[in-house]
Amino acid sequence: MSLYKRIIPCLDVDNGRVVKGTNFINIVDAGDPVEVAKRYDAEGADEIAFLDITATHEGRTTIIETVEKVASEVFIPLTVGGGVSNYNDVLNLLSAGADKVAINSAAVKNPTLINQVTDKIGRQCIVAAIDVKTENKGSWSVYTHGGRNPTGIDAFKWAKELSDRGAGEILLTSMDRDGTKNGFDLELLNLIAKEVTIPVIASGGAGTLEHLKDAVLIGKADAVLAASIFHYSIHSIQEAKEYMKKHGVLVRN
Amino acid sequence: MADIAIIDYGMGNVHSVFKALKKVIDKNSKVKVTNSIKDILNCTHIVFPGQGAAAECMSNIKNNLDIVEFKKIIVQKPFLGICMGLQVLMTHSDENDGAECLNILGGDVLSLKNKVKSSIKVPHMGWNKIDQKYRHPLWANIPNNSFFYFVHSYYVQPINNENILSTTTYGTTFASGLFRDNIVAVQFHPEKSSKIGLKMLENFILWDGEVQ
Repeated sequence: MSLYKRIIPCLDVDNGRVVKGTNFINIVDAGDPVEVAKRYDAEGADEIAFLDITATHEGRTTIIETVEKVASEVFIPLTVGGGVSNYNDVLNLLSAGADKVAINSAAVKNPTLINQVTDKIGRQCIVAAIDVKTENKGSWSVYTHGGRNPTGIDAFKWAKELSDRGAGEILLTSMDRDGTKNGFDLELLNLIAKEVTIPVIASGGAGTLEHLKDAVLIGKADAVLAASIFHYSIHSIQEAKEYMKKHGVLVRN
Repeated sequence: MADIAIIDYGMGNVHSVFKALKKVIDKNSKVKVTNSIKDILNCTHIVFPGQGAAAECMSNIKNNLDIVEFKKIIVQKPFLGICMGLQVLMTHSDENDGAECLNILGGDVLSLKNKVKSSIKVPHMGWNKIDQKYRHPLWANIPNNSFFYFVHSYYVQPINNENILSTTTYGTTFASGLFRDNIVAVQFHPEKSSKIGLKMLENFILWDGEVQ
């Protein structure tokens, strides 16, 4: 048997508040992170992900305070990402109460960072985040710095390398789909989730409950991450779980 | 009224256990992170967390605690081991090049990867069900087959099946909890298992260490 599939709502945090926007514009306040996270926990979310969208120096201090507040009130695993650049950043977030830290651009710049960190604190703490874009049909490359910088690295090879270097999970975001609500890139997911031996979290494109189910059944994802579908209260976590269960996906109830 | 000591021997994150216990204690109770034998002697309940690898964990225990004294206290009052805090109670762990453990509960710590099919992803990371094998006070008001959060690559195999508190199935069925007298120890993380996990911690704090 495989493990129960996880549903992970993702909070974009800016200056200590949850924000939501469309394609990085029209950003509006969506509440206090503690309250939002508590609501998701009560609704049955399996984990909470935080993305620090400012990720500046001040943003880093704020995110640590935010993680501390949330970790005191929410008792499910917390993943924090955005602007994590070295071992100290990881340690500071873990001390603040994060259970896992997502590393993205810093791993591309210095791949041995993944080995260094996981050798010391274990692979379960590190989520390797990959932002990818379709180059040609059937080929995807890795972008860094919030999707601004192309690296020319093949996404499939990079995912394997991150796994070999000790990452505990892969958070795979399709830039083509992110924010579109047109569904996950199932071809990309399937390619990577079948090949790597660590869990793959699908991200980018969730707009309906059917998309969440497809990510698991067709894309072979181990977990699905979604933001707007839950923030806008289009669906509750509970509805998502009931829908997935009805379609034969094992979920925690 | 409880006075809880969370043992800090420099292995991983004790903050989440601390925060979860803070959440469930009443206003007359105290919780403290410590490695002082005096604190451990004076407390009413011991919580023994832990992450990482067994060999490193054992060497940290030896460097941070008076092992002889600690082993005496372990058997005297309600004691809860969590994750690595379960594994180091056993006789021996196969992790890394092998490590001798505290030998409080007889049995071994074995690799999950060697036991399950290669298609099963290890570590076992995520939510899974607990099959309660003994009607222990720890399970008060917790339905059987409730979900708890797991993160581990090794599992325990006790010599004596009467020590099994619960089992869980992931590629194989293994002991996800052990108990004996005043000791309970679990492979999963109650501090990360939402309401059900907090309930289990609350049950532990209310427990006097007696088993029917």
